[in-house]
Amino acid sequence: MEPDQENDQGGLRVDGRRALELRQIRMRMGVFGQADGSAYIEHGNTKVLAAVYGPRQSRSSASRNSTKAMINCQYSMAVFSFTSGERKRRPRGDWKSQERSAQLRHAMEAIIHLELYPRSQIDVFVEVLQVDGSDYCASVNAATLALIDAGIPIKNYAIGCSITLVNKPSVEDEDKTLATGVLDANFVEECSPGVTLSVVALAGTNNDIEMDGNGLIVVAHGAGQRLHLSRLETLKQRVLQGCQDIKNILDRGVRHHLIANLLPSFLHNSLD
Amino acid sequence: MAETPLSLGEKTFIIHGVDLNLRNDGRSRYQYRPIEIESKLMKHTHGSARLRIGNITDVLVGVKLEIDTPFAERPDEGKLEFFVDCSANATPAFEGKGGDDLATEISNVLSMAYQTPDAFDLKQLCIIPHQKCWKMYVDILILQCGGNLFDAVGAAVKAALYNTEIPRVITATLDGGEPDIQVSDDPYDCIKLDVTNYPVVLTVCKIGDNFVIDPTSEEESCSTASILMSVMPNGKVTSVVKLGYGSLLPNTLIKMLQVGKDISFKLNEALMKGLEEENKLGKTKPIFGFLR
Repeated sequence: MEPDQENDQGGLRVDGRRALELRQIRMRMGVFGQADGSAYIEHGNTKVLAAVYGPRQSRSSASRNSTKAMINCQYSMAVFSFTSGERKRRPRGDWKSQERSAQLRHAMEAIIHLELYPRSQIDVFVEVLQVDGSDYCASVNAATLALIDAGIPIKNYAIGCSITLVNKPSVEDEDKTLATGVLDANFVEECSPGVTLSVVALAGTNNDIEMDGNGLIVVAHGAGQRLHLSRLETLKQRVLQGCQDIKNILDRGVRHHLIANLLPSFLHNSLD
Repeated sequence: MAETPLSLGEKTFIIHGVDLNLRNDGRSRYQYRPIEIESKLMKHTHGSARLRIGNITDVLVGVKLEIDTPFAERPDEGKLEFFVDCSANATPAFEGKGGDDLATEISNVLSMAYQTPDAFDLKQLCIIPHQKCWKMYVDILILQCGGNLFDAVGAAVKAALYNTEIPRVITATLDGGEPDIQVSDDPYDCIKLDVTNYPVVLTVCKIGDNFVIDPTSEEESCSTASILMSVMPNGKVTSVVKLGYGSLLPNTLIKMLQVGKDISFKLNEALMKGLEEENKLGKTKPIFGFLR
């Protein structure tokens, strides 16, 4: 991608979005019948399936006596998932997938009420069907939805959102660059020179403008080039706003799903 | 595969039901569950299909093409490779390397089924003999298994190959010994495969003294032996595999093959009818994917 393409298009990005605009998010909960909880999410062309099994008796002997639930995560990418022509050799087991699995586990451990399930295990499996940037963030969102579908008590939504600082080569653009962190990068933007931060945050419950107290960052993962510390603060503000937006979308989706699949017995109880 | 644990009483119930030609879900012995196919649902692959049997078994197939060098011993043939990935989404038992045994088993069955030149002619994947050919990767992702996985995979592979679009090669010349290949820029300018002879895979399951088609996972755990056969639309059997620990008399084996062959005609007919109907919708076809 040409780095100065953004200026040519009147401040719009390659796919026509503005800097703080997210891609269309489409979601569905309860995709699979056999899993205890499952969800499917699309961030534009990034498509992720997640399934949750458990809580159930743990297989490993180490966690048999633990006072907390053990979270087991697996991040796997379908071999045909790449949008750009080539094919992946192995669906999982490579360095990147293992790192993503560990990061996903950190995010899930931060939101689940682990102390409620001693001596048990919760499995979270994520399958990426199509990759078009921000796939880790989409998989965190999918896993959160699957946990909700499984009925596992969580403290808050874990929301993944990525922010990319697109590098500009010219010096006069320097002050402008400060402001150009773009949310929810697609594959082309992720590959362009610059830094991508993937952030998992627990977004606040109400729609506050003041984000400092509400946005709790759980996992932050950078990729790409180096980032000057002075830029981190603005990026953080922006990405937390993005997380808040995604949370509102997901929350609406969850509520819609729950109302559409309401059990008559539940309705009866709530009327009493 | 993940066996469904059943008690002796439950097994007896299923076996007696099969004796009376009435199964747990109300089907007769030679009846399929409803099959749902959606093809061309992934734009980033050359061909794709998602197939579900009875809302449980769920298989996603993606076909991708790469340019490769042909094998030295078969210079005028392309390459066809099947890769099966058992996703942990299906059952936690498939986590890590847990699904590899089943995956190898399924991919072996598929490569055996498509091995004969009558079924899939590898010569159509050749670009320049000795130099360049297409390598076709058929990647199967198993998302959920509720019995009869092999049939689902076989039909889904055929559906994905039916709508696979191979880019048209406009020039393929040898320029001073170096191959020079140009692929058409127009994404709609492509070659389709002729699927008329592609086999479908069919499992005939022996429960008690009877044969059952399209077993659920409960029925699979009641069966001691089953025959996995791939049959071409003209009735020729391209491969036969026996699964399970039970043994079969030669007479029974022949009877099972006959049953399987007869059912495979119907399966293939229904599959092709569905695919042609979907193909007629053309580009106006909405993509549902997993959102439905």
